[in-house]
Amino acid sequence: MIELIIIFIKTAVVFGVVLAHVAYTTYAERKIIGRAQARMGPMEVGPYGLLQPIADFIKIFFKEDIVPMNAEKVLFQIAPLIVLVFTMINLTVIPFDRNFILADLNIGLLFILASASVAVYGIILAGWSSNSRYSFLGGLRSASQVLSYEIALGLSLAGVVLSAGSLNLREIVIAQHNTVFGVYAIPQIIGFIVFVISAFAETNRAPFDLPEAETELVAGYLTEYSAFRYALFFLAEYVAMYIMAFLCALCFLGGWTIPKFIIDILPFLEKVPGILWFAIKVYAFIFLYIWVRATLPRYRFDQLLNIGWKVLIPAGIVNLLIVAFIKRLGL
Amino acid sequence: MIYLIFAYFCASMIGITLMALTRKNPVHSVLWLLLLFLHIAVLYLFLNAEFLAVVQVIVYAGAILVMFLFTVFLLGAKELPKGKRYTDLPEGKALIGLSLTGVFIGAFSSITTAWKGKYTIEYIEKIGNTKALGVMLFNEYPLAVFLLGIILLIPMIAVAVIAWRAK
Repeated sequence: MIELIIIFIKTAVVFGVVLAHVAYTTYAERKIIGRAQARMGPMEVGPYGLLQPIADFIKIFFKEDIVPMNAEKVLFQIAPLIVLVFTMINLTVIPFDRNFILADLNIGLLFILASASVAVYGIILAGWSSNSRYSFLGGLRSASQVLSYEIALGLSLAGVVLSAGSLNLREIVIAQHNTVFGVYAIPQIIGFIVFVISAFAETNRAPFDLPEAETELVAGYLTEYSAFRYALFFLAEYVAMYIMAFLCALCFLGGWTIPKFIIDILPFLEKVPGILWFAIKVYAFIFLYIWVRATLPRYRFDQLLNIGWKVLIPAGIVNLLIVAFIKRLGL
Repeated sequence: MIYLIFAYFCASMIGITLMALTRKNPVHSVLWLLLLFLHIAVLYLFLNAEFLAVVQVIVYAGAILVMFLFTVFLLGAKELPKGKRYTDLPEGKALIGLSLTGVFIGAFSSITTAWKGKYTIEYIEKIGNTKALGVMLFNEYPLAVFLLGIILLIPMIAVAVIAWRAK
Protein backbone atom coordinates (compact mmCIF):
# COMPACT_ATOMS: atom_id res chain seq x y z
CA MET A 1 0.00 0.00 0.00
CA ILE A 2 2.73 2.45 1.01
CA GLU A 3 4.56 1.61 -2.22
CA LEU A 4 1.48 2.50 -4.19
CA ILE A 5 1.27 5.89 -2.47
CA ILE A 6 4.95 6.54 -3.21
CA ILE A 7 4.44 5.71 -6.87
CA PHE A 8 1.40 7.99 -6.92
CA ILE A 9 3.33 10.89 -5.38
CA LYS A 10 6.26 10.37 -7.76
CA THR A 11 3.91 10.40 -10.76
CA ALA A 12 2.21 13.55 -9.53
CA VAL A 13 5.58 15.26 -9.03
CA VAL A 14 6.82 14.34 -12.51
CA PHE A 15 3.63 15.39 -14.26
CA GLY A 16 3.33 18.57 -12.22
CA VAL A 17 6.92 19.62 -12.82
CA VAL A 18 6.71 18.91 -16.55
CA LEU A 19 3.40 20.77 -16.91
CA ALA A 20 4.78 23.78 -15.03
CA HIS A 21 7.76 23.70 -17.38
CA VAL A 22 5.42 23.55 -20.36
CA ALA A 23 3.56 26.64 -19.15
CA TYR A 24 6.75 28.61 -18.74
CA THR A 25 8.20 27.29 -22.01
CA THR A 26 5.47 29.22 -23.82
CA TYR A 27 6.58 32.29 -21.87
CA ALA A 28 10.26 31.66 -22.68
CA GLU A 29 9.37 31.14 -26.32
CA ARG A 30 7.55 34.44 -26.57
CA LYS A 31 10.33 36.27 -24.74
CA ILE A 32 13.15 34.75 -26.81
CA ILE A 33 11.37 35.26 -30.13
CA GLY A 34 10.56 38.79 -29.01
CA ARG A 35 14.21 39.48 -28.33
CA ALA A 36 15.22 37.89 -31.64
CA GLN A 37 12.86 40.30 -33.41
CA ALA A 38 13.95 43.33 -31.31
CA ARG A 39 10.70 43.37 -29.27
CA MET A 40 10.16 43.00 -25.56
CA GLY A 41 7.77 40.03 -25.61
CA PRO A 42 4.99 39.83 -22.98
CA MET A 43 5.43 42.59 -20.38
CA GLU A 44 1.96 43.50 -19.11
CA VAL A 45 0.84 40.71 -16.74
CA GLY A 46 2.98 40.68 -13.61
CA PRO A 47 6.62 41.77 -13.39
CA TYR A 48 8.30 41.19 -16.79
CA GLY A 49 5.09 39.48 -17.87
CA LEU A 50 5.83 36.49 -15.65
CA LEU A 51 2.17 35.73 -14.97
CA GLN A 52 1.30 35.68 -18.68
CA PRO A 53 1.06 31.84 -18.98
CA ILE A 54 -1.37 31.72 -16.05
CA ALA A 55 -3.49 34.47 -17.55
CA ASP A 56 -3.53 32.62 -20.89
CA PHE A 57 -4.52 29.41 -19.15
CA ILE A 58 -7.44 31.03 -17.30
CA LYS A 59 -8.62 32.76 -20.46
CA ILE A 60 -8.53 29.67 -22.66
CA PHE A 61 -10.20 27.52 -20.03
CA PHE A 62 -13.29 29.70 -19.79
CA LYS A 63 -13.84 30.03 -23.54
CA GLU A 64 -16.68 28.24 -25.26
CA ASP A 65 -15.92 24.78 -26.61
CA ILE A 66 -17.30 24.81 -30.15
CA VAL A 67 -17.95 21.62 -32.11
CA PRO A 68 -18.68 22.24 -35.82
CA MET A 69 -22.11 21.06 -36.96
CA ASN A 70 -20.83 18.63 -39.60
CA ALA A 71 -18.00 17.27 -37.50
CA GLU A 72 -17.84 13.66 -36.32
CA LYS A 73 -18.66 14.61 -32.78
CA VAL A 74 -17.13 11.77 -30.75
CA LEU A 75 -13.90 11.55 -32.74
CA PHE A 76 -13.61 15.32 -32.80
CA GLN A 77 -13.77 15.37 -29.03
CA ILE A 78 -11.41 12.48 -28.27
CA ALA A 79 -8.72 13.37 -30.84
CA PRO A 80 -6.91 15.89 -28.58
CA LEU A 81 -7.06 13.41 -25.72
CA ILE A 82 -5.42 10.68 -27.83
CA VAL A 83 -2.56 13.01 -28.67
CA LEU A 84 -2.12 14.20 -25.09
CA VAL A 85 -2.39 10.79 -23.43
CA PHE A 86 0.03 9.05 -25.77
CA THR A 87 2.49 11.92 -25.42
CA MET A 88 2.37 12.21 -21.65
CA ILE A 89 2.59 8.44 -21.15
CA ASN A 90 6.22 8.73 -22.31
CA LEU A 91 7.12 10.60 -19.15
CA THR A 92 6.85 7.33 -17.22
CA VAL A 93 9.92 5.74 -18.83
CA ILE A 94 12.25 8.77 -18.66
CA PRO A 95 15.02 8.45 -16.04
CA PHE A 96 15.44 11.95 -14.63
CA ASP A 97 18.25 10.99 -12.30
CA ARG A 98 20.26 7.91 -11.34
CA ASN A 99 17.41 6.50 -9.27
CA PHE A 100 14.45 8.60 -10.26
CA ILE A 101 12.38 6.82 -12.88
CA LEU A 102 8.70 5.96 -12.72
CA ALA A 103 8.83 2.69 -14.66
CA ASP A 104 12.22 1.15 -15.39
CA LEU A 105 11.19 -0.68 -18.56
CA ASN A 106 13.62 -2.94 -20.38
CA ILE A 107 12.40 -1.47 -23.65
CA GLY A 108 12.01 2.17 -22.66
CA LEU A 109 13.27 3.53 -25.96
CA LEU A 110 10.92 1.36 -28.03
CA PHE A 111 8.05 2.33 -25.75
CA ILE A 112 8.59 5.98 -26.63
CA LEU A 113 8.70 5.22 -30.36
CA ALA A 114 5.53 3.12 -30.06
CA SER A 115 3.49 5.73 -28.25
CA ALA A 116 4.72 8.39 -30.66
CA SER A 117 3.40 6.30 -33.53
CA VAL A 118 -0.01 5.99 -31.87
CA ALA A 119 -0.18 9.71 -31.06
CA VAL A 120 -0.21 10.39 -34.84
CA TYR A 121 -3.76 9.02 -34.93
CA GLY A 122 -4.96 11.91 -32.80
CA ILE A 123 -3.70 14.37 -35.39
CA ILE A 124 -5.10 12.45 -38.37
CA LEU A 125 -8.46 12.08 -36.63
CA ALA A 126 -8.53 15.74 -35.63
CA GLY A 127 -8.06 16.61 -39.30
CA TRP A 128 -10.60 14.09 -40.58
CA SER A 129 -13.34 14.54 -38.01
CA SER A 130 -13.40 18.34 -38.37
CA ASN A 131 -14.91 17.81 -41.82
CA SER A 132 -13.06 20.82 -43.17
CA ARG A 133 -10.62 20.88 -46.09
CA TYR A 134 -7.95 22.86 -44.28
CA SER A 135 -8.07 20.56 -41.28
CA PHE A 136 -8.02 17.44 -43.43
CA LEU A 137 -5.02 18.56 -45.48
CA GLY A 138 -3.22 19.58 -42.30
CA GLY A 139 -3.91 16.20 -40.74
CA LEU A 140 -2.70 14.28 -43.80
CA ARG A 141 0.43 16.40 -44.03
CA SER A 142 1.19 15.87 -40.41
CA ALA A 143 0.70 12.12 -40.67
CA SER A 144 2.99 11.69 -43.67
CA GLN A 145 5.57 13.97 -42.08
CA VAL A 146 5.61 12.20 -38.74
CA LEU A 147 5.65 8.75 -40.37
CA SER A 148 8.56 9.65 -42.67
CA TYR A 149 10.66 11.20 -39.96
CA GLU A 150 9.98 8.44 -37.48
CA ILE A 151 12.11 6.15 -39.66
CA ALA A 152 15.03 8.57 -39.59
CA LEU A 153 14.57 9.05 -35.86
CA GLY A 154 14.51 5.30 -35.31
CA LEU A 155 17.65 4.80 -37.43
CA SER A 156 19.59 7.43 -35.51
CA LEU A 157 18.50 5.88 -32.21
CA ALA A 158 19.41 2.40 -33.53
CA GLY A 159 23.05 3.50 -33.54
CA VAL A 160 22.74 4.44 -29.87
CA VAL A 161 21.05 1.14 -29.02
CA LEU A 162 23.74 -0.78 -30.90
CA SER A 163 26.64 0.85 -29.10
CA ALA A 164 24.97 0.76 -25.68
CA GLY A 165 23.70 -2.81 -26.16
CA SER A 166 20.42 -2.05 -24.44
CA LEU A 167 17.00 -0.55 -25.00
CA ASN A 168 16.74 0.53 -21.38
CA LEU A 169 17.25 4.29 -21.17
CA ARG A 170 19.03 4.06 -17.80
CA GLU A 171 21.47 1.47 -19.12
CA ILE A 172 22.06 3.58 -22.23
CA VAL A 173 23.17 6.49 -20.05
CA ILE A 174 25.42 4.25 -17.94
CA ALA A 175 26.99 2.65 -21.03
CA GLN A 176 27.51 6.12 -22.44
CA HIS A 177 29.22 7.31 -19.27
CA ASN A 178 31.72 4.47 -19.55
CA THR A 179 32.92 5.45 -23.04
CA VAL A 180 35.94 7.66 -23.71
CA PHE A 181 33.98 10.77 -24.65
CA GLY A 182 31.17 10.21 -22.17
CA VAL A 183 28.59 11.32 -24.73
CA TYR A 184 27.44 9.59 -27.91
CA ALA A 185 27.05 12.93 -29.68
CA ILE A 186 30.77 13.00 -30.53
CA PRO A 187 31.46 9.52 -31.96
CA GLN A 188 27.99 9.41 -33.56
CA ILE A 189 27.90 12.94 -34.84
CA ILE A 190 25.96 11.97 -37.99
CA GLY A 191 23.35 10.17 -35.93
CA PHE A 192 23.12 13.15 -33.59
CA ILE A 193 22.45 15.59 -36.43
CA VAL A 194 19.89 13.23 -37.98
CA PHE A 195 18.22 12.90 -34.58
CA VAL A 196 18.01 16.65 -34.00
CA ILE A 197 16.50 17.35 -37.44
CA SER A 198 14.01 14.49 -37.15
CA ALA A 199 13.08 15.58 -33.63
CA PHE A 200 12.10 18.97 -35.04
CA ALA A 201 9.99 17.39 -37.77
CA GLU A 202 8.51 14.75 -35.45
CA THR A 203 7.08 17.40 -33.14
CA ASN A 204 5.77 19.52 -36.05
CA ARG A 205 7.91 22.46 -35.05
CA ALA A 206 9.48 25.18 -37.17
CA PRO A 207 11.08 24.96 -39.71
CA PHE A 208 8.95 21.86 -40.34
CA ASP A 209 5.62 23.14 -38.99
CA LEU A 210 3.86 22.49 -42.29
CA PRO A 211 0.75 20.91 -40.76
CA GLU A 212 -0.10 24.34 -39.41
CA ALA A 213 1.34 26.49 -42.17
CA GLU A 214 -0.76 29.62 -41.65
CA THR A 215 -0.27 30.97 -45.15
CA GLU A 216 -1.67 27.85 -46.81
CA LEU A 217 -3.86 26.03 -44.33
CA VAL A 218 -5.11 28.57 -41.75
CA ALA A 219 -4.03 26.46 -38.77
CA GLY A 220 -3.97 22.95 -40.27
CA TYR A 221 -5.63 20.27 -38.20
CA LEU A 222 -6.26 22.80 -35.41
CA THR A 223 -8.47 25.06 -37.55
CA GLU A 224 -11.83 23.98 -36.13
CA TYR A 225 -10.72 23.58 -32.53
CA SER A 226 -11.35 26.13 -29.85
CA ALA A 227 -10.98 26.66 -26.12
CA PHE A 228 -9.45 23.92 -24.01
CA ARG A 229 -9.36 21.29 -26.73
CA TYR A 230 -7.12 23.63 -28.68
CA ALA A 231 -5.10 24.09 -25.50
CA LEU A 232 -4.78 20.31 -25.13
CA PHE A 233 -3.16 20.09 -28.58
CA PHE A 234 -0.73 22.83 -27.62
CA LEU A 235 0.01 21.14 -24.33
CA ALA A 236 0.71 17.89 -26.21
CA GLU A 237 3.01 19.68 -28.63
CA TYR A 238 5.08 21.18 -25.84
CA VAL A 239 5.19 17.93 -23.87
CA ALA A 240 6.36 16.22 -27.08
CA MET A 241 9.11 18.84 -27.36
CA TYR A 242 10.20 18.00 -23.84
CA ILE A 243 10.11 14.26 -24.59
CA MET A 244 12.41 14.83 -27.57
CA ALA A 245 14.69 16.99 -25.42
CA PHE A 246 14.77 14.24 -22.77
CA LEU A 247 15.58 11.64 -25.42
CA CYS A 248 18.35 13.81 -26.86
CA ALA A 249 19.85 14.41 -23.41
CA LEU A 250 19.63 10.72 -22.48
CA CYS A 251 20.76 9.10 -25.72
CA PHE A 252 23.31 11.56 -27.04
CA LEU A 253 24.38 13.96 -24.29
CA GLY A 254 24.91 11.60 -21.36
CA GLY A 255 21.72 12.17 -19.38
CA TRP A 256 22.38 13.00 -15.73
CA THR A 257 26.14 12.30 -16.03
CA ILE A 258 28.98 14.47 -17.25
CA PRO A 259 31.93 13.02 -19.21
CA LYS A 260 34.69 11.45 -17.11
CA PHE A 261 37.45 13.62 -18.59
CA ILE A 262 35.71 16.73 -17.28
CA ILE A 263 35.50 15.18 -13.80
CA ASP A 264 39.24 14.41 -14.02
CA ILE A 265 40.00 18.09 -14.62
CA LEU A 266 37.40 19.55 -12.25
CA PRO A 267 36.70 16.90 -9.59
CA PHE A 268 34.32 19.08 -7.54
CA LEU A 269 31.72 18.85 -10.33
CA GLU A 270 31.01 15.27 -9.28
CA LYS A 271 29.16 16.59 -6.21
CA VAL A 272 26.58 18.44 -8.34
CA PRO A 273 23.28 16.50 -8.35
CA GLY A 274 22.67 14.65 -11.61
CA ILE A 275 19.25 16.15 -12.17
CA LEU A 276 20.90 19.55 -12.61
CA TRP A 277 23.04 18.33 -15.51
CA PHE A 278 19.99 16.69 -17.00
CA ALA A 279 18.00 19.92 -16.68
CA ILE A 280 20.77 21.99 -18.27
CA LYS A 281 20.93 19.66 -21.28
CA VAL A 282 17.16 19.66 -21.66
CA TYR A 283 16.92 23.45 -21.40
CA ALA A 284 19.65 23.80 -24.01
CA PHE A 285 17.68 21.62 -26.42
CA ILE A 286 14.45 23.53 -25.76
CA PHE A 287 16.32 26.77 -26.36
CA LEU A 288 17.54 25.33 -29.67
CA TYR A 289 13.91 24.62 -30.62
CA ILE A 290 12.92 28.22 -29.95
CA TRP A 291 16.06 29.67 -31.51
CA VAL A 292 15.46 27.74 -34.74
CA ARG A 293 11.85 28.87 -34.80
CA ALA A 294 12.93 32.49 -34.51
CA THR A 295 15.62 32.12 -37.17
CA LEU A 296 14.74 29.76 -40.01
CA PRO A 297 11.97 30.10 -42.60
CA ARG A 298 9.53 27.27 -43.19
CA TYR A 299 10.30 24.53 -45.73
CA ARG A 300 8.04 23.61 -48.63
CA PHE A 301 6.26 20.28 -48.25
CA ASP A 302 8.08 18.47 -51.08
CA GLN A 303 11.38 19.79 -49.74
CA LEU A 304 10.47 18.43 -46.33
CA LEU A 305 9.77 14.92 -47.63
CA ASN A 306 12.86 15.01 -49.85
CA ILE A 307 15.07 15.86 -46.88
CA GLY A 308 13.50 13.07 -44.88
CA TRP A 309 13.72 10.29 -47.43
CA LYS A 310 16.75 11.23 -49.53
CA VAL A 311 19.08 12.76 -46.96
CA LEU A 312 18.23 11.81 -43.40
CA ILE A 313 17.37 8.12 -43.89
CA PRO A 314 20.54 7.34 -45.95
CA ALA A 315 22.58 9.35 -43.42
CA GLY A 316 20.99 7.35 -40.62
CA ILE A 317 21.88 4.07 -42.36
CA VAL A 318 25.48 5.24 -42.88
CA ASN A 319 25.68 6.16 -39.20
CA LEU A 320 24.35 2.74 -38.23
CA LEU A 321 26.95 1.03 -40.46
CA ILE A 322 29.77 3.09 -38.98
CA VAL A 323 28.64 2.30 -35.45
CA ALA A 324 28.35 -1.38 -36.32
CA PHE A 325 31.91 -1.45 -37.70
CA ILE A 326 33.26 0.43 -34.68
CA LYS A 327 31.50 -1.98 -32.37
CA ARG A 328 32.73 -5.05 -34.31
CA LEU A 329 36.34 -3.88 -34.43
CA GLY A 330 36.17 -2.91 -30.76
CA LEU A 331 37.50 0.59 -31.24
CA MET B 1 -7.06 -11.05 -10.56
CA ILE B 2 -4.81 -11.55 -13.56
CA TYR B 3 -7.30 -14.04 -15.00
CA LEU B 4 -10.05 -11.46 -14.70
CA ILE B 5 -8.00 -8.93 -16.64
CA PHE B 6 -7.14 -11.57 -19.22
CA ALA B 7 -10.81 -12.50 -19.54
CA TYR B 8 -11.72 -8.85 -19.97
CA PHE B 9 -9.20 -8.44 -22.78
CA CYS B 10 -10.31 -11.60 -24.58
CA ALA B 11 -13.98 -10.69 -24.34
CA SER B 12 -13.44 -7.11 -25.44
CA MET B 13 -11.29 -8.28 -28.36
CA ILE B 14 -14.18 -10.31 -29.70
CA GLY B 15 -16.52 -7.35 -29.21
CA ILE B 16 -14.11 -4.97 -30.91
CA THR B 17 -13.68 -7.34 -33.86
CA LEU B 18 -17.45 -7.48 -34.32
CA MET B 19 -17.63 -3.68 -34.15
CA ALA B 20 -14.85 -3.38 -36.73
CA LEU B 21 -16.65 -5.77 -39.08
CA THR B 22 -20.08 -4.18 -38.83
CA ARG B 23 -19.26 -0.47 -39.13
CA LYS B 24 -20.58 1.16 -42.30
CA ASN B 25 -17.97 3.90 -42.38
CA PRO B 26 -14.56 2.40 -43.31
CA VAL B 27 -12.71 4.99 -41.21
CA HIS B 28 -14.57 3.79 -38.12
CA SER B 29 -13.69 0.19 -39.02
CA VAL B 30 -10.01 1.09 -39.18
CA LEU B 31 -10.22 2.81 -35.80
CA TRP B 32 -11.82 -0.23 -34.17
CA LEU B 33 -9.03 -2.25 -35.74
CA LEU B 34 -6.54 0.09 -34.07
CA LEU B 35 -8.16 -0.61 -30.71
CA LEU B 36 -7.99 -4.33 -31.49
CA PHE B 37 -4.24 -4.13 -32.23
CA LEU B 38 -3.61 -2.32 -28.96
CA HIS B 39 -5.50 -5.09 -27.13
CA ILE B 40 -3.43 -7.73 -28.90
CA ALA B 41 -0.31 -5.93 -27.69
CA VAL B 42 -1.61 -6.30 -24.13
CA LEU B 43 -2.10 -10.03 -24.73
CA TYR B 44 1.62 -10.23 -25.59
CA LEU B 45 2.33 -8.54 -22.29
CA PHE B 46 0.47 -11.37 -20.54
CA LEU B 47 3.03 -13.71 -22.13
CA ASN B 48 5.85 -11.49 -20.76
CA ALA B 49 6.80 -10.74 -24.37
CA GLU B 50 7.21 -7.00 -23.97
CA PHE B 51 9.35 -6.68 -27.08
CA LEU B 52 6.67 -8.29 -29.25
CA ALA B 53 4.02 -6.09 -27.65
CA VAL B 54 5.86 -2.91 -28.53
CA VAL B 55 6.71 -4.14 -32.01
CA GLN B 56 3.04 -4.97 -32.49
CA VAL B 57 2.15 -1.38 -31.66
CA ILE B 58 4.92 0.16 -33.77
CA VAL B 59 4.50 -2.00 -36.87
CA TYR B 60 0.79 -2.81 -36.98
CA ALA B 61 -0.83 0.09 -35.14
CA GLY B 62 1.76 2.69 -36.05
CA ALA B 63 2.65 1.90 -39.64
CA ILE B 64 0.33 -0.54 -41.39
CA LEU B 65 -2.93 0.84 -40.04
CA VAL B 66 -1.94 4.39 -40.97
CA MET B 67 -1.46 3.12 -44.52
CA PHE B 68 -4.98 1.63 -44.35
CA LEU B 69 -6.30 4.95 -43.15
CA PHE B 70 -4.51 6.79 -45.96
CA THR B 71 -5.97 4.40 -48.52
CA VAL B 72 -9.47 4.93 -47.16
CA PHE B 73 -8.97 8.68 -47.24
CA LEU B 74 -7.57 8.66 -50.78
CA LEU B 75 -10.43 6.53 -52.08
CA GLY B 76 -12.78 8.98 -50.42
CA ALA B 77 -15.14 6.16 -49.46
CA LYS B 78 -17.57 7.70 -47.01
CA GLU B 79 -19.69 4.56 -46.88
CA LEU B 80 -19.17 1.08 -48.17
CA PRO B 81 -21.33 0.16 -51.19
CA LYS B 82 -24.25 -2.09 -50.32
CA GLY B 83 -23.99 -4.83 -52.90
CA LYS B 84 -24.38 -8.58 -52.77
CA ARG B 85 -21.35 -10.17 -51.16
CA TYR B 86 -19.81 -13.57 -51.65
CA THR B 87 -20.50 -14.35 -47.97
CA ASP B 88 -24.25 -13.96 -48.59
CA LEU B 89 -24.28 -16.94 -50.95
CA PRO B 90 -24.83 -20.43 -49.45
CA GLU B 91 -21.57 -21.80 -50.87
CA GLY B 92 -19.70 -18.79 -49.52
CA LYS B 93 -21.14 -19.35 -46.05
CA ALA B 94 -20.23 -23.04 -46.18
CA LEU B 95 -16.69 -22.38 -47.36
CA ILE B 96 -15.97 -19.77 -44.69
CA GLY B 97 -17.54 -21.90 -41.95
CA LEU B 98 -15.50 -24.95 -42.95
CA SER B 99 -12.24 -23.05 -43.23
CA LEU B 100 -12.77 -21.34 -39.86
CA THR B 101 -13.42 -24.75 -38.27
CA GLY B 102 -10.20 -25.97 -39.86
CA VAL B 103 -8.27 -23.05 -38.40
CA PHE B 104 -9.73 -23.66 -34.94
CA ILE B 105 -8.93 -27.38 -35.06
CA GLY B 106 -5.41 -26.63 -36.20
CA ALA B 107 -4.94 -24.05 -33.46
CA PHE B 108 -6.33 -26.16 -30.63
CA SER B 109 -4.46 -29.32 -31.64
CA SER B 110 -1.09 -27.55 -31.60
CA ILE B 111 -1.27 -25.91 -28.15
CA THR B 112 2.04 -26.24 -26.34
CA THR B 113 2.08 -25.44 -22.63
CA ALA B 114 5.81 -24.85 -22.20
CA TRP B 115 8.83 -24.51 -24.41
CA LYS B 116 11.35 -27.29 -24.33
CA GLY B 117 15.09 -26.95 -24.71
CA LYS B 118 17.43 -24.12 -23.85
CA TYR B 119 14.95 -21.23 -23.66
CA THR B 120 13.34 -21.91 -20.31
CA ILE B 121 11.46 -19.28 -18.32
CA GLU B 122 14.36 -18.95 -15.87
CA TYR B 123 16.82 -18.35 -18.71
CA ILE B 124 14.61 -15.66 -20.26
CA GLU B 125 14.05 -14.00 -16.89
CA LYS B 126 17.79 -13.88 -16.38
CA ILE B 127 18.85 -12.22 -19.62
CA GLY B 128 15.62 -10.44 -20.55
CA ASN B 129 13.03 -11.18 -23.18
CA THR B 130 14.40 -8.81 -25.82
CA LYS B 131 17.94 -10.09 -25.50
CA ALA B 132 16.80 -13.73 -25.58
CA LEU B 133 14.87 -13.04 -28.77
CA GLY B 134 17.82 -11.29 -30.37
CA VAL B 135 20.31 -13.99 -29.42
CA MET B 136 18.00 -16.68 -30.79
CA LEU B 137 17.16 -14.85 -34.03
CA PHE B 138 20.70 -13.95 -34.95
CA ASN B 139 22.42 -17.13 -33.77
CA GLU B 140 19.98 -19.85 -34.70
CA TYR B 141 18.09 -18.38 -37.66
CA PRO B 142 20.53 -15.95 -39.32
CA LEU B 143 19.63 -17.13 -42.83
CA ALA B 144 15.89 -16.63 -42.26
CA VAL B 145 16.48 -13.10 -40.92
CA PHE B 146 18.71 -12.35 -43.89
CA LEU B 147 16.13 -13.65 -46.37
CA LEU B 148 13.34 -11.67 -44.70
CA GLY B 149 15.44 -8.56 -44.96
CA ILE B 150 15.89 -9.13 -48.68
CA ILE B 151 12.18 -9.83 -49.14
CA LEU B 152 11.40 -6.51 -47.46
CA LEU B 153 14.06 -4.72 -49.48
CA ILE B 154 12.72 -5.82 -52.88
CA PRO B 155 9.34 -4.00 -52.64
CA MET B 156 11.18 -0.90 -51.49
CA ILE B 157 13.31 -0.96 -54.64
CA ALA B 158 10.19 -1.65 -56.71
CA VAL B 159 8.40 1.37 -55.24
CA ALA B 160 11.43 3.54 -55.93
CA VAL B 161 11.54 2.32 -59.55
CA ILE B 162 7.83 2.99 -60.07
CA ALA B 163 8.11 6.46 -58.56
CA TRP B 164 11.13 7.13 -60.76
CA ARG B 165 9.24 6.22 -63.92
CA ALA B 166 6.23 8.35 -63.00
CA LYS B 167 8.48 11.36 -62.99
